Amino acid sequence: MSVVSAENTDTLGGSPSPGNPPRRRREKQGRLAFWLLLPAAVAVFGVIIYPIIRTLFISFFEVTSALATDTPFVGIDNYVHVLTSASFWDSMGRTLYFTIVSTALELTFGLIVAGLLNAKLKARWLFRAIVVIPWAIPTIVNAAMWKGIFNAQYGSLNALLTQLGIIDEYQAWLGDPTTALNMVILADVWKTTPLVAFFLLAGLTSIPPELYEAAKLDRARWPRIFRSVVLPMLVPSISIVLVLRTVEAFKVFDIIYAMTRGGPANGTQTVAYYAYTTAFSDQNFGVGSALSYIIVVVILALSAIYLRLLRRSEMSLL
Amino acid sequence: MMHRTKRAHRSIAGIGLVAAAALVLSGCSVTGAGTSSGDTEGDGTGTINALFMKQAGYSESDVAGMIKDFESKNPKITVKPTFVAYEALHDKIVTSAPAGTYDVVHLDVIWPADFASKGIITDVTERFPESWKSEMLGGALTSAEYQGKFYGVPWGPSTKMFFFNKEMVAKVGASQSDLTTWDGVLAVARKIKDAGLVKYPLAWSWSQAEALVCDYAQLLGAFGGEFTDSSGKLVTNEGAGVEALAWMKKTIDDGLTDPASLTFLEDDANKSMAAGKTAMEINWESTFRDQNDPSISKVVGQVVVTPTPAGPNGDHPGVNGSMALAIGAKSKHQLAAWKFIEYMTSQSVQEQYVKSSMTNWKSSYTKPEVTESNPEVFETAGVAYDSMILRPPVPNYNSVSQTLQVEIQNALLGKKTPQQAMDDAVAAANANLG
Repeated sequence: MSVVSAENTDTLGGSPSPGNPPRRRREKQGRLAFWLLLPAAVAVFGVIIYPIIRTLFISFFEVTSALATDTPFVGIDNYVHVLTSASFWDSMGRTLYFTIVSTALELTFGLIVAGLLNAKLKARWLFRAIVVIPWAIPTIVNAAMWKGIFNAQYGSLNALLTQLGIIDEYQAWLGDPTTALNMVILADVWKTTPLVAFFLLAGLTSIPPELYEAAKLDRARWPRIFRSVVLPMLVPSISIVLVLRTVEAFKVFDIIYAMTRGGPANGTQTVAYYAYTTAFSDQNFGVGSALSYIIVVVILALSAIYLRLLRRSEMSLL
Repeated sequence: MMHRTKRAHRSIAGIGLVAAAALVLSGCSVTGAGTSSGDTEGDGTGTINALFMKQAGYSESDVAGMIKDFESKNPKITVKPTFVAYEALHDKIVTSAPAGTYDVVHLDVIWPADFASKGIITDVTERFPESWKSEMLGGALTSAEYQGKFYGVPWGPSTKMFFFNKEMVAKVGASQSDLTTWDGVLAVARKIKDAGLVKYPLAWSWSQAEALVCDYAQLLGAFGGEFTDSSGKLVTNEGAGVEALAWMKKTIDDGLTDPASLTFLEDDANKSMAAGKTAMEINWESTFRDQNDPSISKVVGQVVVTPTPAGPNGDHPGVNGSMALAIGAKSKHQLAAWKFIEYMTSQSVQEQYVKSSMTNWKSSYTKPEVTESNPEVFETAGVAYDSMILRPPVPNYNSVSQTLQVEIQNALLGKKTPQQAMDDAVAAANANLG
């Protein structure tokens, strides 16, 4: 609570500017602002700050039950345990693969889709509406749908590929660790490409037509226009999408839970899923909390790098 | 701006310090457990929340029927049921435990050690009548017992039985007598495959889940093995443990087992058989009900149920998959919860729903009016419940099981030899059991 009041008084007292209303009125407004912000502050504290602090605490203790009464302090042992365990690094490797491949594919397809949606077509609004559908589907439904498509006995992917003569017999697409991971990526890409496309579309529409005209007058061809006009102008949008998608992909959990539950042979066990299993299935809450913090640190680092790049790219555009 | 951030940081740090100090001073655990006490018994009335699994055994409508009858007999108690998939049940019990969301929870035979030692379910030894110990089947009692105390009441014994499509078997000139051993099963499976009746005669629930360990347990038993030795250490890397795994792998290599089994849970194997794509499987008792339900099965009347086939030495124990009902440790309506459990597990209720789940009351098995309602399964159950193989009853069973699941799949996928996979599983699990 003290965070809020401190922040409020700071804002009010700390930034006086010429032409402000008289002091009494300002104080009145300040009080109103405090009460208006209070519910949000309580909510933020309750669902974000408190759990974050609590999790940090738990990560320094050995907690082997949700109702444990004996929870010895173990210092950084939980972190050491995680960082020296082979299964942690295996799951990190898989998460990295998932993140890089899915983000790269989403960016590529997103750019293509954005280009198409930006074209001057009849009923462009209709195409734009249709494209957004995958993004509108809840992840859990998307996962169930793709699980059906990949089904080894009646999946439509098997039917399609056999009827086209590409494969001879039905495959268990989720039955092999590597294939399963790729298939989960495919399901994720299908769902998330529209989001990326719309971000890039916003960037595309903001490119002034004069730039294209000027480039054409200079006899630039399309590849050159793309490289020298479109891409540089899209850098801010691409950066934002990259930050968003990398962070999202890194903490992927729900689609894994619904499609493969980490199997087969842990082939799709990402680090977030590993943290879940450790905490809630094995009831090793201390180690699970330490794992969560490691995930947070990695995501913070990634975001910091991206945000720095983003800031630089904005500067270069100015 | 700088000034403000600094102060905000200081405030957050302050909160952290205060919280830390509070924790140290109060001397309680970081989970916050053990601080609240008071009346947990309740007055035997009110609303109780119950958590059930939605899979094999009693169906959702069975449970709804039972609750309706219970409520009409106990008008002061209302029961609110919640159903989750078996795969989500364990974690749901764990995560809801601190809040005391559920008064009654559905317990699998592998969890009493885990939940009892960690204080998640209530000791009901004092409520548990002495006579029940002799009136209930021993295999079912283990589903509620830990270190000589009772933490629930058995709610149906269960094991995996063998199901085969008699028309397919007859078409290749074989009969039930050829299917009493696993060698016999493979020979018939080979004929069915060669005759082109189905591409893969066998389907199993071999996805990375508890279901895989259940199937493995049954085969381990057939090969005459046990999970642990007398000191409680996992020993599946010796003899039968490796032979059973090598056998499983060979059925895939020989094209007799559907490779999609590695993505199957029990229900998927069940559906595959009901669709006529599988000739033989092992599965829970309620499979027989589902195979004969015309709304979900194409093979109504074609499926025969028998005890699980025997291994080389004639052993054929089924995996013990009994379930129980327990009271959540944080329940504030323990008396009402107990009344509900007493009713649900009573002999008359279990006998009434015997098509869905077998009863754990010994005397039911000699009552003709009961056995006649589900004769095929009763006949098989009599043999099957005589000998059952237990998965290791250890507090951290869940992580041991996960280790086994991954290593068994590594062998089935050909990433490791069966020996290597089991050596790795035993090393990891025993470090965990240590």
